[in-house]
Amino acid sequence: MQSLSEIRIAGFGGQGVILAAMVVGKAGAIHQGGYATMTQSFGPEARGGSSSAQVILSNEPILYPYVTQPDVLVVMSQEAYTRFTPELKHGGTLIIEQDLVRLGQVPAGVRVFGVPATRLAEELGRKVVLNIVMVGFFGAVTRLLDPDALRKAVADSVPPALQKLNLQAFDKGFEYGTLRISQSGESGDAESIIPTLESVP
Amino acid sequence: MSEMECVMEIPEDAFNPVEPFLRMDRMPHIWCAGCGIGTTVNCFVRALLNSKADLDKVAIVSGIGCTGRVAGYAQMDSFHTTHGRAIPFATGLKLANPELQVVVYSGDGDLFAIGGNHFIHAARRNMDLKVICVNNMIYAMTGGQSAPTTPGHATTSTAPYGVFEPAFNLVSLAEAAGASYVARWTTYHVMQLARSMEEIFKKKGFCFIEVLSPCPTLYQRRNKMGDGLEAMKYYKKASKIRHGAPTSECALTKDGEIVVGKFVDRDRPDYLELLRSQMVESLGERYAEPEMACEDAEVTCSL
Amino acid sequence: MHADPKGVLTGVHFLDGDHACCEGTLAAGARFSAGYPITPSTEVVERFASRIPTVGGIFIQMEDELAASIAIQGAVWGGAKAFTVTSGPGYSLMMEHIGYAAMTETPCVFVNVQRGGPSTGLPTLPAQADMMQARWGSHGDYGIVALCPSSPQECFDLTIEAFNLSEEFRVPVMMMLDECVGHMTEKVVIPKAEEIEITPRRFTKEPPEKFHVYEPKENQVPEMVQAGAGYRFHITGLTHDERGYPNMNIDAQDRLVRRLQDKLKPLANGRGLCETENLEDAEVVVVSYGITARVAQRALQLARRRGIRAGKFRLITAWPFPLERIRELAGRVKAFVVPELNLGQMVYEVERAAAGQAAVLSVTHAGGGVHDPEAILNAIVEAARL
Repeated sequence: MQSLSEIRIAGFGGQGVILAAMVVGKAGAIHQGGYATMTQSFGPEARGGSSSAQVILSNEPILYPYVTQPDVLVVMSQEAYTRFTPELKHGGTLIIEQDLVRLGQVPAGVRVFGVPATRLAEELGRKVVLNIVMVGFFGAVTRLLDPDALRKAVADSVPPALQKLNLQAFDKGFEYGTLRISQSGESGDAESIIPTLESVP
Repeated sequence: MSEMECVMEIPEDAFNPVEPFLRMDRMPHIWCAGCGIGTTVNCFVRALLNSKADLDKVAIVSGIGCTGRVAGYAQMDSFHTTHGRAIPFATGLKLANPELQVVVYSGDGDLFAIGGNHFIHAARRNMDLKVICVNNMIYAMTGGQSAPTTPGHATTSTAPYGVFEPAFNLVSLAEAAGASYVARWTTYHVMQLARSMEEIFKKKGFCFIEVLSPCPTLYQRRNKMGDGLEAMKYYKKASKIRHGAPTSECALTKDGEIVVGKFVDRDRPDYLELLRSQMVESLGERYAEPEMACEDAEVTCSL
Repeated sequence: MHADPKGVLTGVHFLDGDHACCEGTLAAGARFSAGYPITPSTEVVERFASRIPTVGGIFIQMEDELAASIAIQGAVWGGAKAFTVTSGPGYSLMMEHIGYAAMTETPCVFVNVQRGGPSTGLPTLPAQADMMQARWGSHGDYGIVALCPSSPQECFDLTIEAFNLSEEFRVPVMMMLDECVGHMTEKVVIPKAEEIEITPRRFTKEPPEKFHVYEPKENQVPEMVQAGAGYRFHITGLTHDERGYPNMNIDAQDRLVRRLQDKLKPLANGRGLCETENLEDAEVVVVSYGITARVAQRALQLARRRGIRAGKFRLITAWPFPLERIRELAGRVKAFVVPELNLGQMVYEVERAAAGQAAVLSVTHAGGGVHDPEAILNAIVEAARL
């Protein structure tokens, strides 16, 4: 039986959206031995403000290459949140950069996880690794991929000089996600991990 | 009559030194009586002879048109390509096989109308190509239409009331685009032309020779300029040799002065030298010298 | 002959189709490329420009596609394996030189990452609307080979095949990607060099005085030669005789032009690549290629689940078209369903092959995306009811 997950990652240009999707796809296709297809939006809209990439993970060859109804939506900008949340699958998972996205009306049945990825990246001294913090967080809260596979994919997707920093970013995001999951209890009570409006600057 | 006697004295087994350079099995050629292209080919052969070139290592590339047929008569690796594209074909040939002396031999319409963009870019890159342009100021193969070189007031089949578009000054264009060597001669200046050709065989980089050449069938006749001989008389009378003349002052007109000579002879690193030094600067020891030739099955088996 | 390890990036990679295609050119032994930037194909030459200086070859960015498509042919006659890459309007500009390559029997590869057209159309979105142009785009009669990959892995594998076929048959070979396959990133396994089969250029063994540059040899294909080797040969785009000399009469034209098509017959008859599934009991056969074949596969699964005996015929070698195989199938199936990202192109070949023996349903799409699998499924259902 095919088990297939559709993931969309979206945000501003320059946040490393494509690399984040690349890492997720590589983890699934190479380090975990399954199948993955990554596509990205090209065109004028991809040159300017917004950026979006899609990954399909599966245990069987992937036929249709595009994401239609994501199981997981990772957003790092308000625009991406507004644009893509409506297509999220019922029962799907929404992951937000909580300092950059103000939650509006979240569709019923959607689990929401927030992470201050930019702040966590800044704690490491380099804001640019926020995408890898997001990947770590994604790995922890979705458990779609083996954390080791994701970690290896991070390591071989960045230049050697930046490997250590990116692995730290991954671990930081992963730990943050693990902590949030344990705080929300075994039942995964989503409400408790939605950032309150007050927490949004 | 004395001319006739002279011809009769040539023995039947006489050897024309030009023969080894030409595909004699393709003679007679297609050019008209009085056309200057054959004269330029003679100069080309003389230059090859004098420079003791290894003909196995000379390749000639032509486009389309009367001059485009030169490649077909040259007894060496010869390529009759598409209209206007002799220079980019020659670029690929040269880069894949840099030991070749690559000569582009084509007409003014081919090199400067349809192929004009390629000309300026090859000059800009200082690609090691030797470009010989036979300028008869008209499209001859197709029946006498206007070229970007046709001077004002001349008439052509597509400008029956006279050409009013300004013409290209080819030597100025070549210099501005970056050519390492620029010269102009007419088919009257056979010694000088052959010497210029010899010079460019020795020179690295993008070299350009413009040769004014009569088209008695179309250009001369339509413009009442007489036959091939009349053209020679005009070239003799109107030409001024001015080596080093500023090319901007060397524009041609329908019946005015023709400035000839070597205008530009400068040393610039050619494309392959530039490529190599940039790659070595950026890649250091990681740079691998191009090894372009693909292997042969037999050669591989015997290894 | 095996691939030269210098160009082979052995390993497991996560690459998009354009980059995988570039790795295919390097593995195949291409050491020269001339290109001109155009979306969505540029990534192929961008990668080549980055890789080739450490492999040992040259990339040159030319002033336009006309220049790029003839510079590669100069390089081939200089002894290199060479290719160019383009899309949309650039492919239109290259047409004259595809004809020149066919006429002069210059082995080379043209990669076309198809985007929506006509004209500037949809630069960043997929289509499969250049399939007829690939076959007939240059003037006159000639033959070419066109291969259609459905995944980045096939972009790698089939690019090597494209070079091999171009050497074997001495024709320009078209790699017909589409934007979706070109920009889709998946796992690509690049084998060891010694596991990659390369068709070497068939250089003549004749001495120069006995050699005729266009004398048909094995399978009607003349033997190759390269400039600078002492053969002093002549190449022309004019109709020519076996010596390569212009010969413009009815007989020479007939002999030459027929041979240019006929030499590809082995590929039309059996040697062409295709992928088939469930043809034994099929009453409906879906004929598709490129990205559409993957979308169609989903429709086929749904159809089978509904109990429809649907089979798959994926064209990998689109040209020469496998006329005889489709004709044979036409005698025993009800209908063909032909989805493609155009308003109907390869479907005409299917109709020609079916010759009225079976119905042919076209599932068109103007491009810019891929089919909804439901649209293909509906056509399968309709065909099964016939």
